[in-house]
Amino acid sequence: MSHQVELEERFQARIDAEQKIEPKDWMPDAYRKTLVRQISQHAHSEIVGMLPEGNWITRAPSLRRKVALLAKVQDEAGHGLYLYAAAETLGVSRDELYDELHTGKAKYSSIFNYPTLSWADIGAVGWLVDGAAIMNQVPLCKCSFGPYARAMVRVCKEESFHQRQGFEIMMTLSHGSPAQKQMAQDALNRWWWPSLMMFGPNDDASPHSAQSMKWKIKRYSNDDLRQKFVDVMVEQAEVLELTIPDPDIKWNEERGHYDFGEINWEEFHNIIRGNGPCNKERLAARKDAWDQGLWVREAATAYAAKRKKKAS
Amino acid sequence: MQEYLLHLADNALILGHRLSEWCGHGPALEIDMAMTNISLDLIGQARNLYAYAAELEGQGKTEDDLAYLRDVNGFRNVLLVEQPNGDFAQTIARSFFYDSYNYFYQKALCESHDKQLAAIAEKSLKEVAYHLRWSSEWAIRLGDGTEESKQKMQAAIDDLWSFRGELLTPAAYEIEAAKAGYGVNPLEIKEEVEKKLQEILLEATLDLPADGWMHSGGKTGRHSEHLGFILAEMQFLQRAYPDSTW
Repeated sequence: MSHQVELEERFQARIDAEQKIEPKDWMPDAYRKTLVRQISQHAHSEIVGMLPEGNWITRAPSLRRKVALLAKVQDEAGHGLYLYAAAETLGVSRDELYDELHTGKAKYSSIFNYPTLSWADIGAVGWLVDGAAIMNQVPLCKCSFGPYARAMVRVCKEESFHQRQGFEIMMTLSHGSPAQKQMAQDALNRWWWPSLMMFGPNDDASPHSAQSMKWKIKRYSNDDLRQKFVDVMVEQAEVLELTIPDPDIKWNEERGHYDFGEINWEEFHNIIRGNGPCNKERLAARKDAWDQGLWVREAATAYAAKRKKKAS
Repeated sequence: MQEYLLHLADNALILGHRLSEWCGHGPALEIDMAMTNISLDLIGQARNLYAYAAELEGQGKTEDDLAYLRDVNGFRNVLLVEQPNGDFAQTIARSFFYDSYNYFYQKALCESHDKQLAAIAEKSLKEVAYHLRWSSEWAIRLGDGTEESKQKMQAAIDDLWSFRGELLTPAAYEIEAAKAGYGVNPLEIKEEVEKKLQEILLEATLDLPADGWMHSGGKTGRHSEHLGFILAEMQFLQRAYPDSTW
């Protein structure tokens, strides 16, 4: 047996035994690549995700809501930091990863290419988008790669707080004035389908899934997670007294799940290709912040070097 | 006392608002988070002060009534805090001027005879000490960083210099507050503020601009054009959907 095969078998055996892989352990190149792609995509999603919600900070309708939203968006920056740090343990720097984001080589979650048009969108994003993110992320707390799994434990704690906050905003609006209820329904109408798309393509069209499952980076299939999400959200929408914009939603006694309608995958792929309502704005905002901050980062580096020289 | 409390709260809210505009657009993730932190502190301070002012006013008013339902001429913040963010150096200069004043101000306010106000100041002081350290460190880093950053930092200091005077010129309600023992007359802290300013600018290798003509008006409700836009944005939902619960 060749050395390489032996290493791979030992690696897989550790994964099968639910042992964590740590940065200094041997790992197949493809495992490392998959993780860098996934973690960086996740980190970028946190950072780009600050923008649609940040859009309402200055317009939040009460000081209490303003403070909560600011803190939430700040949490997302923090999640980005943990995740970039987890990716760095695999040998890529944050600057390299930013570069891939800015040149369009790396992706981020397509959901953030939709606009936040009303205050209710802040509720809907918290409730649905963070809700979907939690479904995706809770299993990642048990991911085979140690630093990613540990980062996700912290992220998930905060995300579930955000989701409750989002639900509470929706609750306040849907039980408020008729205009507020209308605002909440309109937000649900716009965010429902994109949230379902957050779980990725159907299982038969998901190219990386099988390998990721074998490596225990992924624990559940896209369709299973999506179903779980629908089951939870249908009941929460009832509590909110809002209508999910899908006439096909119906309890299926036999399956023990809610049936739901067909997702518009053309829209999904179109947005991934860069044609969503806000793709250009989101990327431009990130790139501008980075480019315009260059002189600041250079100044900090130059100053630190001067200090070091003085001290020695 | 009402006007005095509003002055303190409005300063905090408007600067907090300006800093919150950076959220998601900072020069680095860590700086982004620091600015959001400071913004959160300031808006938190404003809430405490508005809640107290609303309580004193009675009539069932809330912090949000005071923040969201007054127009430009009702605001009592200094002109400095409503100035636009500009580039990062301008944001730092604005924060540094404000923090170096606010730190000594809150320190003095801890001695207020009004227990509630003294307690608010005590809580704020801890936060403000961090704000001052943060903006001073950045002023020094940018001043003594690269040629480009030095030039930008100096330009920002020069640009905003004329907004400093208002901080240290007492309005009638501040004189009244100091006399009554619940507030601070900024003249009492002038010396410490200027000393701190000179010390940091020296370390930042920046030139101290000459004291010339200074802007004023914010403290008595005569603002720059910027405040109207800040309020238009901030108050939009409360104005468009009156009497709603959020």
